[in-house]
Amino acid sequence: MLNALLVMIGLAVVLGAVLGFASLKFRVEGNPLVEKVDAILPQIQCGQCGYPGCKPYAEAISAGNSAINLCAPGGEAVMLRLADLLGVDPQPLAADAALPKPKQVALIDEQTCIGCTLCLQACPVDAIAGAAKQMHTIIASECTGCELCLPPCPVDCITMETVDEGLGGWKWKYPVYPISEEEKDTEVTS
Amino acid sequence: MENYFLILIGTVFVNNIVLAKVLGLCPFMGVSKKLEAAIGMGMATAFVLTLASGASYLINQYLLGPDLIYLRTLSFIIVIASIVQFTEMFIHKTSPVLYQVLGIYLPLITTNCAVLGIPLLNVQENHNFIESLFFGFGGAIGFALVLITFSAMRERLEGADVPLPFKGSAIAMVTAGLMSIASMGFSGLVK
Repeated sequence: MLNALLVMIGLAVVLGAVLGFASLKFRVEGNPLVEKVDAILPQIQCGQCGYPGCKPYAEAISAGNSAINLCAPGGEAVMLRLADLLGVDPQPLAADAALPKPKQVALIDEQTCIGCTLCLQACPVDAIAGAAKQMHTIIASECTGCELCLPPCPVDCITMETVDEGLGGWKWKYPVYPISEEEKDTEVTS
Repeated sequence: MENYFLILIGTVFVNNIVLAKVLGLCPFMGVSKKLEAAIGMGMATAFVLTLASGASYLINQYLLGPDLIYLRTLSFIIVIASIVQFTEMFIHKTSPVLYQVLGIYLPLITTNCAVLGIPLLNVQENHNFIESLFFGFGGAIGFALVLITFSAMRERLEGADVPLPFKGSAIAMVTAGLMSIASMGFSGLVK
């Protein structure tokens, strides 16, 4: 009886010590998977996935709380790489993210703007110039058309204007390359 | 030397732990959807199984002896659980993606009956230390081999035109049964 107790206690103590040592030795800081997912996302912080930016979306994906098909700017290429990394089946892009929106810029109706600076704080790319109680305006060449400035505006003076492809704004289309296994890590421009 | 070789061949092909002894079906069905996950699971199980069969031999021989036989299953489970915990920490550190992919099946190696079955069979068949190690390693290789081939087949089945009532797990079960029947062709190769 005493022998049996001693044997079990001895086993427990030895194995517990080994595990305790291993947990110190193999301690994982943060979640390395988040970093990997974050590296795949396009990092334009557009918020179209419903999360405030790419990092929060990466955290949601890693925790398994979010679908991998919500990144509209990344499109199918990013979705496929996420599916590959996480070992899940590729999903078609979400219905509302599927249609790439026409290129657009925000436009502030300067008659209505009250100079509250709320849209300044929301803009991820600092494309809005202005100061408190001063009229704001959009720097059109910087605006990415992410629509993040629309919700905070208290007087709804910001509208999205589609940018037509006129003679002035026309440029060559970016080349589209088929993504093969080797080229996955190169920049995807399409 | 010939003895060890026979044990290895015997456990990998003839008395395959999944196909002939029908042990460890939980990860066999659960982790065989993706080939990479199956390879990771096979390696993790191989590591756990080899270490567990060696450690449990030592415990059975030197710690328990003939008068504490009733503690055998209990102590084996403790050893297996700690080795699995250790493996889990190791994989979490070295390959976070594999850790994510294996998910709940990684700690569930503890309850994989193959991992407890092999040490108990070792005791039953009076293997010595080296034989135990080979038996565990062979069993693990057999498990990994079957898991990986089965997952490759399942990936093919995804694209096959399967009748609706047989889609998913049903056709996987049928496939496993056919593999098991096919593996009976090895019987009699090694006694």
